[in-house]
Amino acid sequence: MRNKAIICFFSLLVTIVLLLSIFGCTTAQGNEILSARERLRVATTTSLYDTGLWGYLEPIFEKKYNVELDVLYAGSGIALEYGKRGDVDVITVHDKAREQQFVAEGYGIERVLFAYNYFLIVGPANDPAGIKSMKPEDAFKKLADGSAASFISRGDESGTHAKEKALWKSAGFDYEKIRKAGSWYIEGGKGMGSTLLMASEKQGYTISDMGTFLAFKGKLNLVTIVDRGSILLNVYSVIPVNPEKNPKVALNAQKAKDMVSFLTSAEIQKLIGDYGIKTYGTPLFIPCAGKPEPTE
Amino acid sequence: MEEIWNGFVKAIQLIVTLDPEVMEITGRSLAIAAASCLLATAICIPLGSLIHFNRFAGKRALINVIQTMYSVPTVVIGLLVFLLFSRAGPLGYMELLFTPTVMVIGQAVLIAPIVAGLTITALSGVDKAVPETATALGADRFQVALLTMREARFAMLTAIVMGFGRAISEVGLALMVGGNIRGYTRVLTTAIALETSKGDIELSIALGIILIAVALIINIALNRLQQRK
Repeated sequence: MRNKAIICFFSLLVTIVLLLSIFGCTTAQGNEILSARERLRVATTTSLYDTGLWGYLEPIFEKKYNVELDVLYAGSGIALEYGKRGDVDVITVHDKAREQQFVAEGYGIERVLFAYNYFLIVGPANDPAGIKSMKPEDAFKKLADGSAASFISRGDESGTHAKEKALWKSAGFDYEKIRKAGSWYIEGGKGMGSTLLMASEKQGYTISDMGTFLAFKGKLNLVTIVDRGSILLNVYSVIPVNPEKNPKVALNAQKAKDMVSFLTSAEIQKLIGDYGIKTYGTPLFIPCAGKPEPTE
Repeated sequence: MEEIWNGFVKAIQLIVTLDPEVMEITGRSLAIAAASCLLATAICIPLGSLIHFNRFAGKRALINVIQTMYSVPTVVIGLLVFLLFSRAGPLGYMELLFTPTVMVIGQAVLIAPIVAGLTITALSGVDKAVPETATALGADRFQVALLTMREARFAMLTAIVMGFGRAISEVGLALMVGGNIRGYTRVLTTAIALETSKGDIELSIALGIILIAVALIINIALNRLQQRK
């Protein structure tokens, strides 16, 4: 009797494991559950994921190229690191300086722009720091005072974090000093969505890409405070990982190229440009494939 | 409060309507936790028994190390497994990173100390009279060991269920080595982490309730099993 019960428990475990293979097969459209092949991996910055853009484009790509697309979301810093280690085949990020370095060091084949929008400085509606519509650099100077409200930083080496550091620099501050300036400066260490939710809870300021802010607006008690200034430009690019540096990604090199052609194709560029109109009443991204890098 | 209530309502809806995505994620969670639990059991019950039935120098210290490992942070194992299986790492050629398989391996490593350690505890809990009587009646060492294990089987089952519980409820490792890929490596805990970061609190609560329900069912089953004893 007791032995039966134990046998029952083990058969249950085994049944569940068998189910794993079934789930694997139905979702992977084949028997390749144990291998990474036949799957293209893209590491994307959180803003392209949290806005739902990748969720929207993924099935279109999978259908068109008959490949299983794995989308990994992470800050641009981690996405680039995945690329360096050869763990992904292609990356979509927004951190110009590090992207150029990534390509220059031979980890990426080329940096292809496909969309842009703007970063926004967002904060509480009553604007306790009084920085509404100021120049971004001047706004940061006032925020550094720290007495009026807190500032929530991504603090995760993402593209948005890189932009924030650049802003402190052009406002004339040493970022390391700002980091330790006091309790008003909060390093969240989370994705864009979580950081916005945190800023909303704490009624502080933060810098966000436009797409994520619009996508989260309904859940936030925050408004746009500063949205003008060329420094706030936010350009997204796609970079296939270089198979010469990482021979293991060679298997998927063609599919990675397909991804670049896909994102820059007229059809998908139009979809990117229209994305968000239905849900948020305004487009989240401005397509820019084949055009010179936007400067303002 | 309203948020939490809405979460409950949504959870019931998702479960009653057998929402395909929720069912798929739940099934995958169960499958991966069960597979890692089986793997850990297959290795650690014999290993724990070996440690228990043999006398050797440093045995006490080894058991202390195993017990300390019960609470090793999941992200530490996650990082270790990530570095091992990354294409730039020593096991990169296996191409397993960001697959359910590597999640099973990682979780098995994570729960191995629990299964091994609790196996040792279970065996130590057996009345000394059992092995002594068996020896007196002429049983050899192997037979004594088997008899002791038979006596301890319910306590050993607890070891396995504890391991299963840790595997299905951990998030750090699943996120780091699985990558939370939709339709492939997304499990209940990583889905909760993602939905919370997206501010979709209701869905998070719903998924959390499903996770707790799964744990509850398993515990009730275990309790009934032990009560029969």
